[in-house]
Amino acid sequence: MHTKKKLNWSNLPFAIILILAAMLCVIPFILVLSGSLTSEAEINESGFSLWPKQVDFTAYKLLFQNFSRIANGYRITIIVTVVGTFLSLFVNAMAAYPISQDRVKYHSFLNFFVLFTMLFSGGMVPWFIVCRNMLHLTDSIWALILPYLANAWYIFLVRNYYRGIPIEMVEAAKIDGASEYRTFFQIIMPLSKPVLATITLFISLNYWNDWWLGIMLIDDTDKQPLQLLLRTITSNLQFLSASSNVNAVAEVMKDMPSEAIKMATCIVTIGPIILVYPFVQKYFVKGIMVGAVKG
Amino acid sequence: MGKRKRPDTRPYCKRERRGFKGFLYEMKKNAPLYSMFIPAAVLLIIFNYLPMFGLVTAFKDFNFSDGIFGSPWMDPWYGNFKYLFSTGAALRATRNTIFLNVLFIFFELVIEVAFAIMFAELRSKKLKSGIQFGIFLPYFISWIVVGLFSYNLFSYEHGSLNNLRALMGMEPYNWYEHPYIWILILVIFRIWKMCGYGMVMYIAALGAIDTSYYEAAEIDGATRWQRIRYVSLPLIAPTIITLLLLNCGKIMNADFGMFYALIGDNGQLYSTTDVLDTFIYRNLRLNGDVGMSSAAGFYQSILSTAILLVMNKIARKYNPEGALF
Repeated sequence: MHTKKKLNWSNLPFAIILILAAMLCVIPFILVLSGSLTSEAEINESGFSLWPKQVDFTAYKLLFQNFSRIANGYRITIIVTVVGTFLSLFVNAMAAYPISQDRVKYHSFLNFFVLFTMLFSGGMVPWFIVCRNMLHLTDSIWALILPYLANAWYIFLVRNYYRGIPIEMVEAAKIDGASEYRTFFQIIMPLSKPVLATITLFISLNYWNDWWLGIMLIDDTDKQPLQLLLRTITSNLQFLSASSNVNAVAEVMKDMPSEAIKMATCIVTIGPIILVYPFVQKYFVKGIMVGAVKG
Repeated sequence: MGKRKRPDTRPYCKRERRGFKGFLYEMKKNAPLYSMFIPAAVLLIIFNYLPMFGLVTAFKDFNFSDGIFGSPWMDPWYGNFKYLFSTGAALRATRNTIFLNVLFIFFELVIEVAFAIMFAELRSKKLKSGIQFGIFLPYFISWIVVGLFSYNLFSYEHGSLNNLRALMGMEPYNWYEHPYIWILILVIFRIWKMCGYGMVMYIAALGAIDTSYYEAAEIDGATRWQRIRYVSLPLIAPTIITLLLLNCGKIMNADFGMFYALIGDNGQLYSTTDVLDTFIYRNLRLNGDVGMSSAAGFYQSILSTAILLVMNKIARKYNPEGALF
């Protein structure tokens, strides 16, 4: 940035510190991957390590033999993520529009209406009672979607972006006879692609990684999202014994690689995230940079 | 000719209408725009505003069949609070919440700013993107997954760290029996997970600095350290202070996921790691004690809003651009 020298040796200590930090961030991932590929005997003997002495796929084989439970978790999480992201995008993008328009007389009231939810919250207990007792929002896929749809943070992020769009765009569309809806969907939304892409990424990551709604509102273990299933599976490996093939399971349970299975389940859970991470990382970085949110 | 009236140039509202009639007129005129707000309004009312009114539960003798508003009032009205503070657990949770958040805020800030400055000094694009790739990665996984990572590291029998100790000829260490070491572990995990995200803000602030400042510093013969100390740091100070104040505004709210995943129901560690959110969750979901948990929640909500308002006021005084509202 400051000098034009190609190679700057004085930067070396900085580079080393940051490379070490980056490695520390990645090492636990490698530990878990390595754990999932280690045989139970080796784990019992010497514990988890950075590299297995012998690569062993038993844990994955067992996991895929009893895959229906995890497949179900995947199914739920994928539905929740896709439907939730789509709906949330529209709810927040639409809500931000009237707030951003000065010609809307009550835009500052709407603004405050949204802002207030950031300042004050009823907290966990009333929220829980409202969801359970008043809405009966339990054990359904909507319980995992609805509570996160509207989000003040995203509404403000989008509103700030809309404000940068010249009002002449809207006026021109109006003169050409476009309705408000048409102006919004065909002019404002396409013009706001960068910010909408950013919130789409954040919303979908949120839905994918969520388990809070699961522990609060889902009692039926067959309706648990993937993240919660990971916890259920790793905290008790009994799930295998609950599967249909009882005899085969009893056979397997004797020398089942439970430790390795925990690690393998973890890898299977984070797999999709790790696969898309390289492609979306830079958009997240850009997204955070525009994300300086103000009420 | 008399005085000419100044033409009204306001684009869409030629006449100002007041009162209820004006309200109806506005609603009719901008109906499509207001209708776009309806879905969000309904959702916010249900999931945010209703629970706010639900805070009265703290003063009620709650039962699920009568619901929030049907349940009888507590007698005396502060009964739940008396009960809440009758044991030391709530105060301990409050103390832990504040203490741990202070540690998180301080260490995150120092490390993120230091890393961002070092990062901005680097010039190789490839090296930079490689480093960012690694540091940002933990942000993308849930705390549940991190919980499994911590199991891999700290498990007494199989944990990687005890494995490493064995390789160095040391006895295995039972991490889960020592509450104090978890303060450190929580801070490390917190930084590990959030630092990639936090750094970006400071990198953005550093990138916005006019390069002519650095050129001037160079002409004056400033060393690298002086350049960082007297140019970079002062110029990103507004960002640092704003983020610091806004984080302090959330000091009463613990990151539930982290504690749930890393500590779970390990009672041995509660003395240093039980925070308000886990305390409320445990009483609500595991003990079914709505009275105690709602009183704790009320106390947390009121305090955290008060603190947030104060911090925002300070932030606005310091830097009007940087306040939350």
